Amino acid sequence: MTEMNTEQMKNADQQSVDEKVKHNEEDAILSVRDLHTSFFTEAGEVQAVNGVSFNLGRGKILGVVGESGSGKSVTAYSIMQILADTGKVTKGQILYKGRDVLKFSKKEMEEFRGDKCSIIFQDPMTSLNPTFTVGWQLREALRLHTQYKTKDAANKRAVELLEMVGVNDPASRIKQYPFELSGGMRQRVMIAMALACEPDILIADEPTTALDVTIQAQILELMKDLQKKIGMAIIIVTHDLGVIASMCDEIIVMYGGRVCERGTADDIFYRPCHEYTKGLLRSIPNVNNMKEKLIPIGGTPINMLAMPKGCAFCPRCENALKICLTQQPEEMEMPDGHYASCWLNVKKQYEEANANG
Amino acid sequence: MAEEKKKSDYLVEVHDLKEYFPVRTGFVKTIPLKAVDGVSFNIKAGETLGLVGESGCGKTTVGRTLLRLYEPTGGEFYFDGELVTDKNIHSLRKQMQMVFQDPYSSLNPRMTVEDIIGEPLDIHHLYANKKERHDKIMDLMQLVGLNAEHATRYAHEFSGGQRQRIGIARALAVNPRFIVCDEPVSALDVSIQAQVINMFEELQDKLGVAYLFIAHDLLVVHHISDRIAVMYLGRIVETADADELNSHPIHPYTLSLLSAIPIPDPKTARASKRIILKGEIPSPLHMPSGCAFRTRCPYATERCAAEAPQLTDRGNGHMVACWEK
Repeated sequence: MTEMNTEQMKNADQQSVDEKVKHNEEDAILSVRDLHTSFFTEAGEVQAVNGVSFNLGRGKILGVVGESGSGKSVTAYSIMQILADTGKVTKGQILYKGRDVLKFSKKEMEEFRGDKCSIIFQDPMTSLNPTFTVGWQLREALRLHTQYKTKDAANKRAVELLEMVGVNDPASRIKQYPFELSGGMRQRVMIAMALACEPDILIADEPTTALDVTIQAQILELMKDLQKKIGMAIIIVTHDLGVIASMCDEIIVMYGGRVCERGTADDIFYRPCHEYTKGLLRSIPNVNNMKEKLIPIGGTPINMLAMPKGCAFCPRCENALKICLTQQPEEMEMPDGHYASCWLNVKKQYEEANANG
Repeated sequence: MAEEKKKSDYLVEVHDLKEYFPVRTGFVKTIPLKAVDGVSFNIKAGETLGLVGESGCGKTTVGRTLLRLYEPTGGEFYFDGELVTDKNIHSLRKQMQMVFQDPYSSLNPRMTVEDIIGEPLDIHHLYANKKERHDKIMDLMQLVGLNAEHATRYAHEFSGGQRQRIGIARALAVNPRFIVCDEPVSALDVSIQAQVINMFEELQDKLGVAYLFIAHDLLVVHHISDRIAVMYLGRIVETADADELNSHPIHPYTLSLLSAIPIPDPKTARASKRIILKGEIPSPLHMPSGCAFRTRCPYATERCAAEAPQLTDRGNGHMVACWEK
């Protein structure tokens, strides 16, 4: 599905063009198929994810963008199986190297989590344990999952990891508690912890949202470096279009628990084919013309308890057709691995076909 | 900056504003945390000044000190030529208001929308009878795009964007000429941000209010501001017209700050080179001597450690505080 030709990749990232190889579905290290995740609350079933599919190639960076309530984080948590107690994957498959993660036993899952797939969260303060030193927490991960079983070996490795993620004076840092570190440093510790077992996949859930721009730049640069060095695949979940513009091989745009558009950064930013993506791009300041008036998307974000029957974006879409109210649009290929789910594209294609006789 | 004070020129004039918070370091010993350390700026009527900087640089404290939510340690603030003091701040708050960052915690959950928006009217006795109060509230709600039937609801029934509208209506209730907007859109979703930003712009066109727009999102600030001031550790390091600052930044901190913005445009993002700063903001409790930025500055010299640079005019009101650039 995500087959890319070399020409596109040249566009996608000119510096690392040599490192890119063709990849297809068999090559994908992680393949999510028709994922449905629901939360069963007192108010009723909240369908947070409604049929998300994507492939993550080995050593690729995938960006997932969407607003709050789009299901982007729930998708990530579904992969790691760290949903809240009320949450459940109701349908679909998550294939890691061809095996379904959802069918893993508890023990296999423990191995998968951390060993094969790691996650870093938005808020590094709440995801580190405040009562233990940074070193203790790093050692715990190392001794559970890697060959560094003794305290000394784990300690040595912890210092190495901290050095790798750019923490200054790591030998003394490992004796400090999380509250003694700044936000950027804490996020580095989180990344070091996630890298402890050299996972194949790193999921970064809003990794820089809580950080300042200059620190954000440092962390994004670090993630890019590590991806090149270690060759792991990264999924970046974010609401910030700026974060994904320059670093992703592929981007998926989510709304109302569904993928509305997928493609390369250039596809999404310069040739958007879904009304939501177009609206999103119009509602942020235009870099080339700052004084241009913003055009907001009307209405309010989706209410997950009362999902529309047809296209999720339909109630806010200015160009909605009658069919959008009742039927969900299918994914349609715009040229070259760029997909969008919007009835307007179907209409356009039909009209073009008619015009050409 | 000793200027002649002409009443017509500026609505807001701030000279050498200082705000120190005492921090206990021992049983009795306290040291000052210099959150704002000598900040000066002016805002004309109907103009927007953007104030940007990283967290902890003191930008929020500037806004709060202007409205005397904090007692300033030093400096003067003239509003329309009148020196703001403890004595006249209460009546001046009719002309100066604030919109807060978090639309969730800045609205009283026990009050209806009508009472939230009506509270400033009550405090300043701005109505003769109940009907006038009600009418004023309805006008304000319409102005910010809320429906009349929302009046009897409580804040928790609204989404983030609508709550921010309530906060803005409350600020507008007293018909202010100057509003401090402290990160008013950063808690909102991208598609909702644009709605609120447009509303700020429309209100300015309609009512002629001046804004001090505090935010960390530089793209948003550039979009909405006429001029921008960049703060670093309690001081302003550079101020210029919004376009000038973005196209010709001079201070090394501004340069790296601008280069660090994630640009939502792949071609521009690929072409631009990030200037990654080493290290992090020093603690404001232990400020570096001289120029506060020198510990992270690639151009720092001995002079920067010895002496703090002052803002100097580099032409067209582009002010920069740097020895080397």
